Amino acid sequence: MKIGRVSGNVVSTINHPFFDGRALMICDILDVDGEPDGYTIAVDTVGAGVGETVLIIDEGNSARQIFGLTTGPIRAVITGIIDSIDTV
Amino acid sequence: MQLGRVTGTVVATVKSEGLEGFKFLVVQPLNKQQEPVGRPVIAADAVYMAGPGELVYFVASREAAEALEPRFVPVDHAIVGIVDQVMT
Repeated sequence: MKIGRVSGNVVSTINHPFFDGRALMICDILDVDGEPDGYTIAVDTVGAGVGETVLIIDEGNSARQIFGLTTGPIRAVITGIIDSIDTV
Repeated sequence: MQLGRVTGTVVATVKSEGLEGFKFLVVQPLNKQQEPVGRPVIAADAVYMAGPGELVYFVASREAAEALEPRFVPVDHAIVGIVDQVMT
């Protein structure tokens, strides 16, 4: 999983049926220093807001399992809101 | 899943089995600030409504093969939505 920071959301009315009613959040992917290193558009499942540090799954099989599906064009999913990160 | 700008269309009458009936569009990947980054890709249009000039979001690899009907069409990029607005 990756560490991300939500920086906004994508508004889209014409989309693949899978994304109907799902929140699309645009997230920076953070590097070890917490600096943005690339981005992704992820489907939110935990109600993450702009500015929050989040846990992002970026792999299709796990993503589909989160939605209990065997098929679907989904890969990046916000699966948690991070409270703290302790590194040694 | 990334942002992209549709910059053209591709017509290929001679192609592999299973690719019939899909519109192929030239998509220029964009970074979070919507600036072009990297090489353009050819993506199948899984919303059947995208056209040149439009801001879209697209998936790659297996998720692209999962985006079209019937499933597992041999494509590696697919447009899964048209962006109305990116709110940051």
